[in-house]
Amino acid sequence: MMQSAMFERIEKEIMANDVVLYMKGTAAFPKCNFSASVVQILSKLGIRFRDVNAMDDSELRRGLSDFANWPTLPQLYVKGEFIGGADIVREMYEAGELQALLEDRGVA
Amino acid sequence: MDTKTIESFILEAIPDASLVRVEDVRGDGAHYTATIASPSFAGKTRVEQHRMVHAAVKEKIGDKIHALSIQTIVDGT
Repeated sequence: MMQSAMFERIEKEIMANDVVLYMKGTAAFPKCNFSASVVQILSKLGIRFRDVNAMDDSELRRGLSDFANWPTLPQLYVKGEFIGGADIVREMYEAGELQALLEDRGVA
Repeated sequence: MDTKTIESFILEAIPDASLVRVEDVRGDGAHYTATIASPSFAGKTRVEQHRMVHAAVKEKIGDKIHALSIQTIVDGT
């Protein structure tokens, strides 16, 4: 797939869903601790989100890495905006900033 | 990879850092945590701060480094 087509796919996905988590594994069965930690936080906050398993899709992984200028998974998007990876999401959650952002964007 | 080597990469990229601490959390040479404090982080979002650290270790991530957990601190002094 061309990079532009991959970017288009990602853009569509993050615009069509309020909260999207690109991760390793699924929300029900995360395949890495970093992905699991973000699932856990979103679940604790009662946030519905679209989970996309990018683990076995190297093209999608590369696309995400270039799209967000972010080398790793998971990647959290809210209303089309890249929020961060596991460390940032945890830090924001612990500071109450994630809840504030979700409320501000009308998804909490 | 030696934690001191990773620290030196980060310090090279962020020379004004007042704190660069890398720990091999599992002792397996693949999972690390990095804590970096620098005045260069001021006025930047967390995402931008982390990108500065990513850039410093770019060639190593995914290859020699399996997982790197990052905490950035804005050093205001």
